[in-house]
Amino acid sequence: MSSITVSPDAQVVDPHKRRQAALIVACCTLLIAVAQILIKIGANRLSRAGFLETMIGIFTVPPLFAGYCLYGVFTVLFVYALRHGEVSVLYPIIALGYVWVAILSAVVFHEAMNPLKVVAIAIIVAGVAVLGWGGKS
Amino acid sequence: MGRQKLTTPVSSIALVLVASVIGSAGAVFLKSGAMNLQPNVSSIVFNWRLALGIVTYMLSSVLFVKGMSNGELSVLFPMVSLGYICTLAWSRLFFQEVITRAKVMGIGLILLGIIFLSLANK
Repeated sequence: MSSITVSPDAQVVDPHKRRQAALIVACCTLLIAVAQILIKIGANRLSRAGFLETMIGIFTVPPLFAGYCLYGVFTVLFVYALRHGEVSVLYPIIALGYVWVAILSAVVFHEAMNPLKVVAIAIIVAGVAVLGWGGKS
Repeated sequence: MGRQKLTTPVSSIALVLVASVIGSAGAVFLKSGAMNLQPNVSSIVFNWRLALGIVTYMLSSVLFVKGMSNGELSVLFPMVSLGYICTLAWSRLFFQEVITRAKVMGIGLILLGIIFLSLANK
C-alpha cells in the first residue's frame, strides 16, 4: 500500500506527541538564535555589496552560509513538529529565539544585561510554558 | 505639551505589520504541507504547500529586515506579535484548532515580554 494518509483529526489527539512537538520547537529556537547571530556577522562583511554580490555571498561567506544552513535545519524540524502539534501553539514558541539572542549577546558578546531584560526573558519563558503545557483543549 | 516627533516612519510600521501577517500565513502553509507528507521522496519534493510555506517565510523575513532597518525598534519589534494573533485565527479557520484560555494567556505573556525586551534594548 503506497498511500498512508494522515487524517486531519488523527494528528492532534496524542498529548505526548503534542508535547514532544512543543519541546522540539522550543529547543530549535536556539538554532534560530545562533543562525541570526551568524547572519548578522556575515551581513556586516557585505554591508556595501549589491544585490548580486549579496546572493553570491550567501554561499561564499562562511558565517552567512552556516547561518542559512541552520535555518534550513530548523525548517525541517519545524515541519516535523507541525505534523503532531497545533500551529497555534508551535508558531508563537519561536519567540523563545529572542530570549536566546538576549542571553547569547550577554554571554558571548558581553552586552549589558539589565533588570528589565531579565524580567522580559522570564515573562516570555512563562508565556511559552503556558502555551506548551496548557495547549490542550 | 507639544506632540512628540514621530521617529518611526509609517512605511516601516506597514512593512513590519505586513511581514508579520505573511509570516503567519507561511506557518499555515507549512502546517498544511506537513499534514500532507507521506513517507516517500516525491511527496516531499513536489509538495507545493511546503514550497509555498518556505517562500512565504523567506519573503516575510526580507520585508521584516527592510522594515526594521529604519525606525524605532521598541515600536516595531512588538508588532511581530500580530503574526501570533493571526495564527490563532488561521488555525481555527483552516485546521479547526480550538482557541483555549492557555493559548490566549501564553500569547499575551509573550507579547508583554517582547514589549519589555524592546524597551530594555532602547
